[in-house]
Amino acid sequence: MKNDLYNYILGIADNSLILGQRLGELCGHGPNLETDIALTNISLDLLGQTRSYFQYAATLVEGEKTEDDIAFMRTERDYKNVLLVEQPNTHFGFVIMRQFLFDVYHLQFMKKLQQSKDETLVAIANKGIKEVSYHERFSSDWVIRLGDGTDESREKMQEAVNGLWRYTNELFQLTEADKAMVSEGIAVDVSTLKDEYYAKVSEVLKEATLTIPDDNYFQKGGKEGIHTEHMGYLLADMQYMQRSYPNMKW
Amino acid sequence: MHLETTHIDPSLLPILETVSDPEIPVLSVLDLGVIREAFEEDGVVKIKLTPTYSGCPAMDVIGDDLRTAFAAIGKKAVVQLVLAPAWTTDWISEAGKQKMEEYGIAAPLSETADKDALLGNAKVVRCTNCGSQNTHLVSQFGSTACKALFKCDDCQEPFDYFKCLK
Repeated sequence: MKNDLYNYILGIADNSLILGQRLGELCGHGPNLETDIALTNISLDLLGQTRSYFQYAATLVEGEKTEDDIAFMRTERDYKNVLLVEQPNTHFGFVIMRQFLFDVYHLQFMKKLQQSKDETLVAIANKGIKEVSYHERFSSDWVIRLGDGTDESREKMQEAVNGLWRYTNELFQLTEADKAMVSEGIAVDVSTLKDEYYAKVSEVLKEATLTIPDDNYFQKGGKEGIHTEHMGYLLADMQYMQRSYPNMKW
Repeated sequence: MHLETTHIDPSLLPILETVSDPEIPVLSVLDLGVIREAFEEDGVVKIKLTPTYSGCPAMDVIGDDLRTAFAAIGKKAVVQLVLAPAWTTDWISEAGKQKMEEYGIAAPLSETADKDALLGNAKVVRCTNCGSQNTHLVSQFGSTACKALFKCDDCQEPFDYFKCLK
């Protein structure tokens, strides 16, 4: 039970950690000052949520690991984030589309996590949902603005959604830890979020004058620790300090 | 008011008042409503602190500042971070909102007005420089996660608006 809960927490926290890292990479590289600040603020919210999850997870393996160990000292196969969030930053439209496809899910997920039987997870969700609602509003606005924008911005957004669509279905896949924790009333049964997710995503894409991909080929693996090639590079960057100077502190 | 749900020993208030938010130095931690509990037990001051936003980097600094402030009067303080109940902008005191406005940050509006302002449905955020309501949203995220960036269309000054968080 404790082990399942630990794995469950890491699974949900890794999505926030890895997306937070991706957004953090944009610090000082945003297309303009306002969006640069917005993206790094979102990164900060996600990393804040991650810390709360990891601090909780660390109490379940008391004395064995700290939140820093959990964040920085695992190998690639031990990270259980979905493939969507590890996809590299290319152009701004791509970053926004990746964010949007995650935010819609994240908001629905947080709403359900508020009903968990685990009070610490409920506290994290109650806190995080306020932040995630802002993220979703921000990314939806940009998807609409760029999709229903110039010929060039629409083309880039269409290309982004076509490229990312195959990673969406994995969000609703249940892992072993999920199944165990769903039966305890602790985990969110993500498989039930699917219809509402695609309805919401389609509504925004429609308003953005974008075509909803009819691609039925979906890629998965992240939740089992089998990642795309981008993950190794991301971790090499993220873990550099802890690997070079073990146990270093700020 | 925010003090109703808190448990703070009145004798500790003078010290707590001296500790401010590093991002908005005119606001004390009491104005901000982030101190949920503070009392002395066995010669140790025990403080429960709640973050405004999950990733708020000011929390570590506030924790250090609290320990330093009590150390200055020879007392040891233990600061614990608590997540529940989640902080809301309702916990900012009236005096705090006033000080915030004077500092140049528009204080949070009601939930409905806030939504209107951030969605651009209504011009309700008042410019902290000239008082005009003829303002518009520049970015949903300002210099910190808790603020949005606005610009006044009358005096042309940009200013921060502290977003309503419920």
